[in-house]
Amino acid sequence: MEVTHKAGARITASNRLRSQETMFHVMMLPGMIFLAVFSYIPMVGVVMAFQNFSAGKGIFRSPFVGLKHFRYMFSLPDIWEIIRNTLTIAIGKMLLTTLLAIVFAVLLNEIRQRWLKRTVQTIVYLPHFLSWVILAAVVVNLFSLDGPVNQILQKQGFAQANFLGSNTLFQPTLIMTDVWKEFGYASIVYLAAITSIDPGLYEAAAIDGANWWQRVWHVTLPGMLSIILLMAVMNISNVLNAGFDQVYNLYSPMVYDTGDIIDTYVYRMGLLSHQYSFSTAVGLFKSVVGMFLLIAVNEISKKFTDARIF
Amino acid sequence: MQQHQNAWAQMGKAVIYILVVMMGFGCLLPLLNILAISFSGSAAVTGNQVGLVPVDFTLAPYQKMLEDSQFWRSFLISVERVFLQLVLNMFLVVLMAYPLSKPKHEFHARGFYMKIMIFAMLFNGGMIPTYLVVKQLGLLNTIWSLVLPGAVPIFNVILVMNFFAGVPKSLEEAAVIDGASPMQVLLRVYIPCSVPVLATVALFSIVGSWNDFFSGLIYITKVQNYPLMTYIQSLSINIADLLKSGVSASTLENVTQLSNKNLNAAKIVVSTIPLIAIYPFLQKYFVTGIVVGAVKE
Repeated sequence: MEVTHKAGARITASNRLRSQETMFHVMMLPGMIFLAVFSYIPMVGVVMAFQNFSAGKGIFRSPFVGLKHFRYMFSLPDIWEIIRNTLTIAIGKMLLTTLLAIVFAVLLNEIRQRWLKRTVQTIVYLPHFLSWVILAAVVVNLFSLDGPVNQILQKQGFAQANFLGSNTLFQPTLIMTDVWKEFGYASIVYLAAITSIDPGLYEAAAIDGANWWQRVWHVTLPGMLSIILLMAVMNISNVLNAGFDQVYNLYSPMVYDTGDIIDTYVYRMGLLSHQYSFSTAVGLFKSVVGMFLLIAVNEISKKFTDARIF
Repeated sequence: MQQHQNAWAQMGKAVIYILVVMMGFGCLLPLLNILAISFSGSAAVTGNQVGLVPVDFTLAPYQKMLEDSQFWRSFLISVERVFLQLVLNMFLVVLMAYPLSKPKHEFHARGFYMKIMIFAMLFNGGMIPTYLVVKQLGLLNTIWSLVLPGAVPIFNVILVMNFFAGVPKSLEEAAVIDGASPMQVLLRVYIPCSVPVLATVALFSIVGSWNDFFSGLIYITKVQNYPLMTYIQSLSINIADLLKSGVSASTLENVTQLSNKNLNAAKIVVSTIPLIAIYPFLQKYFVTGIVVGAVKE
């Protein structure tokens, strides 16, 4: 009697699990439909990079041309310039944002007044949440030929600088303004890392007579090292993302030589010049390189830091 | 000697305080500048006399803005879009995160679904193929072209999935013994336990859709259907277009700046108000979000 009761319980339990799994599939279905339509069908659409696509014929009847668009792309002098711009801008942003975020986190950790700490944090995180559309208007106004920054420079005896219209200054301006927007937000992770350092280490260092700088160098920074490395590794996968929103809202034909990046080029070729196939080829090149970078980075961080992205 | 050291330490402390306060101010000053411009008279603005306080204080730009029906139409479109996107995102995130948070023996197809999601995160068809899909579906120039392509925020699904996986199993078992169905378990146990991460995801969704101008740029061709950020963006583009069409640069600059600069500043200020309004909530939750997201074991 007891045995059959137990077996019956087991059967209903497995029935319950099976009906639960059906339920799970049903729950996945709506999201999967959206992914199929807006992620996977466009992936099929990349075949147009190997076609002479025309909107009238669609991807099923447009003629295949093999690697023509890729050969054309790499024969353009523009493309190397664009790749170089993309890498310079993206890497410049990463290095400076990371550096300033770490410095800021270390300094902020020294502030004992809670209200001051909270206030400064509130302010430095704010630009991250504003759109580049808004911030570009702020930046254009600030850095225009007779804007506040140039007024200050001229008062100090410097020449007028065309920050947004000259090829020498455009990249530094992009990098500096992006650092301004993002360093505060980037510091959150580093602040969290500092808070998790064992306070006993600081006490021991103090007993040994370490001054502030020695404590930072021998306790704080080593304590942050693993997170710094992790973030650095994760950043590698972003070297082809120089920030479309920012560049698009700040650049002009005057600075295409130094300001044009892969994403803006794809946009102009595709939607403005209607070279659908060529634009898709350039975008595909970027996606594939980016995907391999992300996979590589994931493998590296799995191996060395036991944290992973996916 | 001791005193000497103290003096140095005091000075070092002072330097740190000054640096931190300067970094804070550095982030704030550019924003204060645009705020000051929006309250300044046109002449002062055109003469670039406005720094951090308004010159010739006036509310005229804001009054003029009230009459700009396109601004308010775009504002409402953005509000509607944020609402639709938020509802759709949260619905799909919760719905997908729950089954995916189950171990493999409870949900055998979990690995398969995860592969589909991760591949979609790693690789995408790019702008033109996505544009053509949206066009084929007849969504161009509708609000759905802004909402549907971003319906599944994969990263957020994974964030919530990890959080769900950390909810104590005993809570679910207790509910099941009381006769709760899987749906009831999700609604009564998992969602109430996950308020911080769900709030984070909701805020990411709101900020992302409010700030997005690119969808509007490519999917909306009629200005009267522009969401707010695309509309604001078009204000600066128009000047460049006019320049191209051959009006002499200096007269044009005089005309547009005279009439527009403080007006545009006012539009920019008003378009950030919704974000500033939710910012206190943002600050409360996004720290959890980013820390959970970055240091996921």
